[in-house]
Amino acid sequence: MPGTTRAAPGTGTVGEAVDRLVVTGMSTAAQDVVSLTLTRPDGGRLPDWAPGAHIDVTLANGETRQYSLCGDRWDAHTFRVAVLRETDGRGGSAFVHDELAVGDEVLLGGPRNNFPLAPSPRYLFIAGGIGITPILPMIHQADLVGADWTLLYGGRRRASMAFLDDLAVHGERVEIVPQDEAGLLPLGTWLGAPRGDTVVYCCGPGPLLDAVEHAMTGAGWAPHRLRTERFTAAEVGAPVRDEPFTVELARTGTTVVVGPRLSVLEAARQAGATTLSSCERGTCGTCETTVLDGLPDHRDSILADHERAAGDCMFPCVSRSCTDRLVLDL
Amino acid sequence: MTTTLRPVPAVGAVDPFSPEVLGDPLPFHAALRDAGPVVPLSRYDGLYGMGRHADVHAALVDWQRFCSGAGVGLSNFRREEPWRPPSLLLETDPPHHDAPRHVLAPILGPRALRRLQGPWFAAAEEHVEDLLADAGPGETVAVDAMPALAESFPLRVFPDAVGIPREGREHLLPYGDHLFNAFGPSNELVAKGAPHVAEHAAWVNAQCRREVLSDDGFGAAIWAAADRGDITGEQAPLVVRSLLSAGVDTTVHGLGAVLRALATHPDAWARLRHDPALARVVFDEAIRWESPVQTFFRTAEVDVPVGDTVVPEGAKILMFLGSANHDPRRWTDPDRFDLTRDPSGHVGFGMGLHQCVGQHVARLEAAALLAALAARVERIEVAAEPTRHLNNTMRAFASQPMRLHLGQAPS
Repeated sequence: MPGTTRAAPGTGTVGEAVDRLVVTGMSTAAQDVVSLTLTRPDGGRLPDWAPGAHIDVTLANGETRQYSLCGDRWDAHTFRVAVLRETDGRGGSAFVHDELAVGDEVLLGGPRNNFPLAPSPRYLFIAGGIGITPILPMIHQADLVGADWTLLYGGRRRASMAFLDDLAVHGERVEIVPQDEAGLLPLGTWLGAPRGDTVVYCCGPGPLLDAVEHAMTGAGWAPHRLRTERFTAAEVGAPVRDEPFTVELARTGTTVVVGPRLSVLEAARQAGATTLSSCERGTCGTCETTVLDGLPDHRDSILADHERAAGDCMFPCVSRSCTDRLVLDL
Repeated sequence: MTTTLRPVPAVGAVDPFSPEVLGDPLPFHAALRDAGPVVPLSRYDGLYGMGRHADVHAALVDWQRFCSGAGVGLSNFRREEPWRPPSLLLETDPPHHDAPRHVLAPILGPRALRRLQGPWFAAAEEHVEDLLADAGPGETVAVDAMPALAESFPLRVFPDAVGIPREGREHLLPYGDHLFNAFGPSNELVAKGAPHVAEHAAWVNAQCRREVLSDDGFGAAIWAAADRGDITGEQAPLVVRSLLSAGVDTTVHGLGAVLRALATHPDAWARLRHDPALARVVFDEAIRWESPVQTFFRTAEVDVPVGDTVVPEGAKILMFLGSANHDPRRWTDPDRFDLTRDPSGHVGFGMGLHQCVGQHVARLEAAALLAALAARVERIEVAAEPTRHLNNTMRAFASQPMRLHLGQAPS
C-alpha cells in the first residue's frame, strides 16, 4: 500500500528490518566475561522474552552466536547478555572481547526459548561457568512467584565466575563452588533424594550436564524433573549475509531485490504480493510463508530447531535469506 | 492517586455499554478518538477509554505498564472477587502467564493445524452441501446465516478438535455470551445471563477433565504438557477451559462478520470466487471492519502518562479495539470494507503477549467455510436487514437473513 502510513509507536518504521541492535554498554562481569547491553537504534521496545530465552547475535565479522538473555524483562528497552572469551571458540567470542565497541551495530534473531521455566513450587538451579546467564532471570522469577529455590554454581576460579555480586544478596540459597578451592560440584549430596515437587534446571558445559543427568537418573528422579540447556555448534550453516538478495514470488514470477534495511515482507508487498501479517516481530505466526527454493535465515521466535532445519517455511516479517535467491509461494 | 483537573469531554459522559452505543458504536468511537488519546469515562468510577489505533496498539503491547492480571473486564480483581477462577491466559501477567501460553501457542499454531486442514475443508463442503441439498443449479436458497453457517459450522468442527463429547454442547454459546457480557458492567445484559451461568459453567468445567477429553485433540495435548511438567495438573483444566471460553463465540461472530461483509459487497464475493487464496485477507479485513471483539480492559500498573493526561496507578483503561480498527489516523476510509486494503496490523485479535492464541484456528475455520460456499454460491444477497445481538464485549448478529444464489453447475 504505497502512500499509507503503517507506523505505530514503539514499532519503529514498519517495513524497515527490525533486527538491528546497538551496543549501549560493555562491562567486565568476571575475568574473560564481558556483559553487553543492547537496545534498538530508536530506543523502542524490544521483543518480549521469558527466562531461559536466548537471542541470535550476528556480529560484523558475519559470525552468529546464541546468548542467553540475563537482564530484566520488565525493562522492555534493554537486552543484557554476557559473553565468555572461549579460547578454542570459532572467533565469535574473541570478536566481542577484542573488536566490539559501544555504538556498534549487531543483528538480532529471536528471542527463542527452548529452556522455559516450568511452574513448580521448588527449583534446584545448577550453573557451570557462563551457564549462569539463563539462570539469573530464573532466580528472579522464582522469587517473584514465591517458589523455594537453591543454586549450585561452579566455575574454574572465583575470579572467572560472573555475577557473584548480584548473587550475594541471596545468602545461603546460593552455594558457590570454585573448582580450584573446593573441587568438583558435590552433585549427589546437593541434589538429595528425588522429590515430586522439584524441577532441576542446569546450564553449563556438556560434561556437567551429563554428570547431573547421570546423578539424577541413578538416584531415581523422573526424567522430566531435569531441564537442561545445551548450546551446540550446530548453528546456521551458511553465514548470515548483509548483501542484498533476490526474492522471487512464484505465483506471479515477480522478482524483487531485498536490501539489508528492508524486510522480506515489505519487499514482497512492494512487488504486489498480498501478505497478511500482524505483529511484524516474528512472534504471532500470521505471515508464515512457504519457501519453495533457497535457504531462509530464520530470525523468528516461533520455529523449533528441526522446523528451522527443514527450511520449508519462514516468517518474512523478520526472517531473511542465507542464499542469493529465495523463492516464496506468494 | 493523581487527578488531573480538566474539563471532561462530552463523550466521556456517555455509557459505552448502553444499548444505543452497543447497537451502533461507530459515532461514539469517532467522538472518543477526537476527544484525545485517552479520555475519562465518567459513567464508571476512575475509568479511562482509549480509542486511537496508535495508543491502543502501544498499550496492548506494553504489558509492563498496562496489566491484565487485575482482570480484563471492568471489575478489578485486586479489589473484587472474580465471578470465576481467572483465566491463566487472558487474566494473568508474566511470570504466571508464561507457561500456559508457551504450551498452548504451538498446539494452536499453523503447523499443528495442518492436520485439520483437510478434515475441516471436507466438513465445510459437507455442511454447505447439506444446507443446499434441496436446491438445483441456478436456484436460490433462503437461509439465516447466523444459525445455518456462522454458529453451526464452528460448533461442528471446533469442539471435536478440542476433544469434548457431543452431549451438552448447547451450553457453549450461552456460556461464552455470558462470559463476554461479564467483562462489562453489571447491566441488564449480565443480569439476563446470571440465572443460568452456574449450570453452563459447571458443564464447561466438567469437559476440561482429562478423562472426558478424546485422546487426540487440543485438550489431550494440553494434558500431555502437564504430564511433561510444562504446566501443572491444576493448570491443565483451566487452559482447556480457555479454549471453550474464547474459541466459540468469537469465531461465530467472526464468521458472522465476514458473511455480512460478503453479502453487502458483491464485488468482494466475486473476487473471492475468482481467487480463493484471498480468503485470508477477506477474513482479516472483516475482523478489522466489524471487530467482533470490541473491547478489553487493562489496569495501569503505575501512573502512565498518555498525551497530556496521567492515567493513575490502579485505574482501569478500556481499550476500544473496534475504534482503533476504524481510526482514520491509521486507515484510509476506515468504515469501508475494502479488499484492496492491507488489514495487517489491525487489533481485532489484540496485540502483544495476549494476542489471540487461537487466531490461526479462526482463520482456518473461515477459509474452510468460505471455500465451500464459493464453490457453490454464485451470489449472496441480503434478504432482510440483520438484527443485532447485544453483548458488552462483542459486536454480534442474532440473525442475518440471506439468499444464496447457486451457480448453474456445481464446480
